[in-house]
Amino acid sequence: MLVGWIALATYVVMAGARLDFSIERFVVGLDNAQRFLDRMFPPEILQADSMVRGLVESLEISVLASCAGIALSLPLGVLAARNLMPAWVSWPARALIALCRSFHPVIVAILFVKAVGFGALAGILTLTVASVGFIGKLFAEAIEEISLKQVEAVRATGAPFASVLAYGVLPQVMSRFVGFATYQVDSNLRNSTMVGIVGAGGIGSTLFAAFQRFDYSFVCAILLAIIAMIMVGETLARLVRSILGIDARRSDA
Amino acid sequence: MPDARLWHRHSSRERLARFALSLAVLAAVMVSIRSVEVIPEFLLDAPEQVQDLLVRMWPINFGFYPDGVHDALVDTLHIATLGTLIAIALALPVGVLSARTLVRSRLINLAARLILVATRSVNSLIWALLFVAIFGPGALAGTLAIACRSIGFVGKLIGEALEEAEPGPIEALRAAGAPWLSVLLHGYWPQLAPTFWSVLLLRWDINIRESSVLGLVGAGGIGMALDTALNLFQWTRVSLILLSIFVIVIAAEIIVTQIRKRVL
Repeated sequence: MLVGWIALATYVVMAGARLDFSIERFVVGLDNAQRFLDRMFPPEILQADSMVRGLVESLEISVLASCAGIALSLPLGVLAARNLMPAWVSWPARALIALCRSFHPVIVAILFVKAVGFGALAGILTLTVASVGFIGKLFAEAIEEISLKQVEAVRATGAPFASVLAYGVLPQVMSRFVGFATYQVDSNLRNSTMVGIVGAGGIGSTLFAAFQRFDYSFVCAILLAIIAMIMVGETLARLVRSILGIDARRSDA
Repeated sequence: MPDARLWHRHSSRERLARFALSLAVLAAVMVSIRSVEVIPEFLLDAPEQVQDLLVRMWPINFGFYPDGVHDALVDTLHIATLGTLIAIALALPVGVLSARTLVRSRLINLAARLILVATRSVNSLIWALLFVAIFGPGALAGTLAIACRSIGFVGKLIGEALEEAEPGPIEALRAAGAPWLSVLLHGYWPQLAPTFWSVLLLRWDINIRESSVLGLVGAGGIGMALDTALNLFQWTRVSLILLSIFVIVIAAEIIVTQIRKRVL
């Protein structure tokens, strides 16, 4: 126990020294923070049209990306499930999902901005990739955990693969899929406020521009708007889950 | 008559709610498609651009690794780890205050929850922008950004775990006249510990990912090296940095899965 605490303290001191943390810097920073907060409050909406456009664009990006991501991850998740598909199908699908997951959305956004130019399209593609990575992985895992009895029963009647899927597999996993999907919609909404920082559309670009002009009161107003939008989004996601009768506990991190 | 006895999976109210939901989703998608500003020409030459990007990135130039990439990578690991540690230290008290079973004051609960929601809603990149403005560019801003973003996540899960704790041992301790701190340490902590460690590992894994991009806004770590390489159009260096980010993210995921399998 004591050894653990000593090791922890040693690590913190060493890592802090390496990253050049010091009390003076912190104190100077606190002084800056004071001035910074003074300039942030009261929040002030300097360019209402740009803010509204940014918020609406963030919403559009998250809606379209969620829609495309959900539509893509449903078949991809099925293809990646090792208990339904032969290895030569499931491995490429799993590799694709892993690739989608492994990079932070901002990095993906940089690459898409290069590929399709500045604007909302890059944001939509970025978040679609993120959605496929998240929903696809969890959905494939959910399918791998199903009971095969029902699948065998449907197969025994001589049903084609589509019917096996529709009557044997999907009824067992659909509620979990919807749970993952609503979680991802929420997460897309959060991320759509950020991709704009690298030029992929949405409120992030308005925020970043305000930062660069040192309009901190406008920054504060935008941040409050983002928090409000996300809180509304969380409430809506909870409402959707209750309408569909899905247990919110598990999929609500 | 038989019509009235027909079995339905959902009550008519539920069916109405589901119908309204599908309608709302459809409307949202249609409105978004119609109003989003997408320039189709950009999409048409995307394959060419991607190909161009890949050609420029290949072959990966490993010669750049000792030259700024290695140090930045180690910095990123430290930012993620220190950030997670600071977050835990800050999130534990807030999580305790947000648990309704532990602190019986609606006002304090609500205030704690507000802190948790607010820290969670602001993206770590945006936190990093704020801290860069306050502390100047560098790893300090990145570490604090990681810490602040994680408070909401860690605190929420800790608060929920505390609320779900079995009341038996706690009541026994209270009945024996144990002070508040003892109840916390001997009644709640043993029940909280498994959640605590798994949340810690999960968040560390996420933070490794997040800290790798904070440098794009000047908050230290490998992202700063990426930003420099992008600005200089050194595409073979960009691909090296992307590869090294990929490797540490995968390594972190493997470490976390292994620890979970063995210990938890």
